[in-house]
Amino acid sequence: MMSPSRRTLISTAIATLALSALSTLPALAQGLPKLKVGLMLPYTGTYAALGNAIENGFRLHVAEQGGKLGGREVEYVKVDDESDPSKATDNVNKLVKRDNVDVLVGSVHSGVAMAMAKVAKDTGTILIVPNAGADAVTGAMCAPNIFRSSFSNWQPGYAMGEVVAKKGHKKVVTITWKYAAGDESVKGFKESFEKGGGTVVKELNLPFPNVEFQALLTEIAAAKPDAVFTFFAGGGAVKFVKDYAAAGLKKTIPLYGSGFLTDGTLDAQGADANGLFTALHYADSLNTPRDNAFRLAYAKTYKLQPDVYAVQGYDAAQMLGIGMAAVKGDISKKAEFSAAVEKAKIDSPRGAFTLSKAHNPVQDFYLRQVGDKENKLVSIASKALADPARGCKM
Amino acid sequence: MDFTTFLIQCLNALQYGLLLFLVASGLTLIFGIMGVINLAHGSFYMIGAYMAYALAPIVGSTFGGGFFATLAVGLVLAVLLGYVLEWAFFSFLYERDHLQQVLMTYGLILVFEELRSLLVGDDVHGVQAPDFLAGTLPLGELMTYPVYRLFISGVCLVLALAMYFVFTRTRLGMMIRAGSTNREMVQSLGIDIKFLYRVVFAAGVAIAVFAGMIAAPVSSVYPGMGNTVLIICFVVVVIGGIGSIRGALLAALLIGVVDTFGKVLLPQASGVLVYVLMALILLWKPDGLFKAG
Repeated sequence: MMSPSRRTLISTAIATLALSALSTLPALAQGLPKLKVGLMLPYTGTYAALGNAIENGFRLHVAEQGGKLGGREVEYVKVDDESDPSKATDNVNKLVKRDNVDVLVGSVHSGVAMAMAKVAKDTGTILIVPNAGADAVTGAMCAPNIFRSSFSNWQPGYAMGEVVAKKGHKKVVTITWKYAAGDESVKGFKESFEKGGGTVVKELNLPFPNVEFQALLTEIAAAKPDAVFTFFAGGGAVKFVKDYAAAGLKKTIPLYGSGFLTDGTLDAQGADANGLFTALHYADSLNTPRDNAFRLAYAKTYKLQPDVYAVQGYDAAQMLGIGMAAVKGDISKKAEFSAAVEKAKIDSPRGAFTLSKAHNPVQDFYLRQVGDKENKLVSIASKALADPARGCKM
Repeated sequence: MDFTTFLIQCLNALQYGLLLFLVASGLTLIFGIMGVINLAHGSFYMIGAYMAYALAPIVGSTFGGGFFATLAVGLVLAVLLGYVLEWAFFSFLYERDHLQQVLMTYGLILVFEELRSLLVGDDVHGVQAPDFLAGTLPLGELMTYPVYRLFISGVCLVLALAMYFVFTRTRLGMMIRAGSTNREMVQSLGIDIKFLYRVVFAAGVAIAVFAGMIAAPVSSVYPGMGNTVLIICFVVVVIGGIGSIRGALLAALLIGVVDTFGKVLLPQASGVLVYVLMALILLWKPDGLFKAG
């Protein structure tokens, strides 16, 4: 005997099943399934603000296309990578194997991005790196399905080396953290600066993320160079700029940096950053119609001012959109996808750019000077600068 | 290195050593004297730095502002925080083994980081040194030295002397030291050890917060800043001898010298020199430089 309550339960269950089957029908009728984008970015920790800016930029472009790329609606699967390389391989495998994402987008930390590149290379999943500058991503690790919408660490350093040499400085001391981004940046600087006739007389460095600079500032003062080149970012950049000024060196020895020295840190650095020159692929006052439109749309959507990270996220979405349009939504046609993105001219707020053979942006680097809490455009430090992609066999 | 540079580097070493002592002194109380492994020490330091940043405008609008007013408000809040934390969590931990202390204080790190992210955000901030300390002193013809850094060194020496005096020369200090050796015995002598420990813990938190507030203008304020000081704080306490204030001061100065000259003379190895120093000292004196008691 079946009790009435049990009977109702079963009939309700059947009804629910039938209803849910009905509701999925229209979706099937539309044909193309959703495009699953795996966003693997830092949402906690030191780089959380950068991760959010990248996602905002990415979503802004997708929204401008009506929420669709290549005719497929975009669905996001988000993972917080915590900027932790030791968890990166697991995280990216989950996205690829468990969540079956069609595209990977990430990340900020170079170590994490390297792990993502390795998995992308093994599985053939398309990867777009929206920040991490490790030279190897578009160097030794390069692959037809790996793209970068940002820069290589070598690029801003190289651009700044040209500028410093042209200013007539002969003897330069460099100072940075002893890790990949710092080393690669200084290497780029040294390459172009010494080509331009200067010499790097001393390369100072300290372990990441140590911020006790006093001993090394004393070394700089004693070496009396014509100028100093530096790579620091985030909290370290704030402290370095303030300590450099407090040590009285700012008045006597000009300081030049990779753009991250003064990006997202100007409020905290205050007057101590005024007048500093840095090189990056974006500036606060480009004042081109493209950039103005982007900045307005971003500010309206998020009630925030965009930064270089938002631009990189936005362009990652543009690159994906170009590829998706070329294959009409069928992302399994990887060769056609890659060919389309390789040929494309990406209409970025930073200025249009193309990709190098190794899929790193070939882009203008701007010389910027800090004033009124902005990185103001001074001139183009290096036009259409391409990363040499050392070690890339493609 | 010429003689002037050498002297300036000595000053750098001394100044960094004193800063380290300041940052580690709260841990000397909670880990060294009370014996609780407190991984959240870095978080207390971070809270202090963020207080220096976030409280200054609030204090400015209610009490008319000022560096010392902000410091005072921060200290009051820190004592309250320490008192409540001890009551809610730490008072259950004295009898437990170290693993459980590690787990709970690690949990606190995560909670405090998340709260920080929700309340203040993830941006990097700078804190201005008060105007009367914002100047610099010329140092030879090479460079200048910020007055505020010298002020920190002074504060640190005063703090070290005060802590040393309280713990070795007063009745209160005697009771606290006795409590760390044998809790039950002290209790049976009619001393309210529970309350006493609550106060000492609150003082430990307050000193860590104070260190964060004082150091904020030279260190800047950023997410994860607490974790970067945590390890070096443990190194200071362990080298100095657990529970010894004299030892912690000496250890901090030693680390200052090794780190400063390491960066200059052996830059490739500067990351590990401090730990080599710790290993050598522990080989020579397994209990640290000065064992308490």
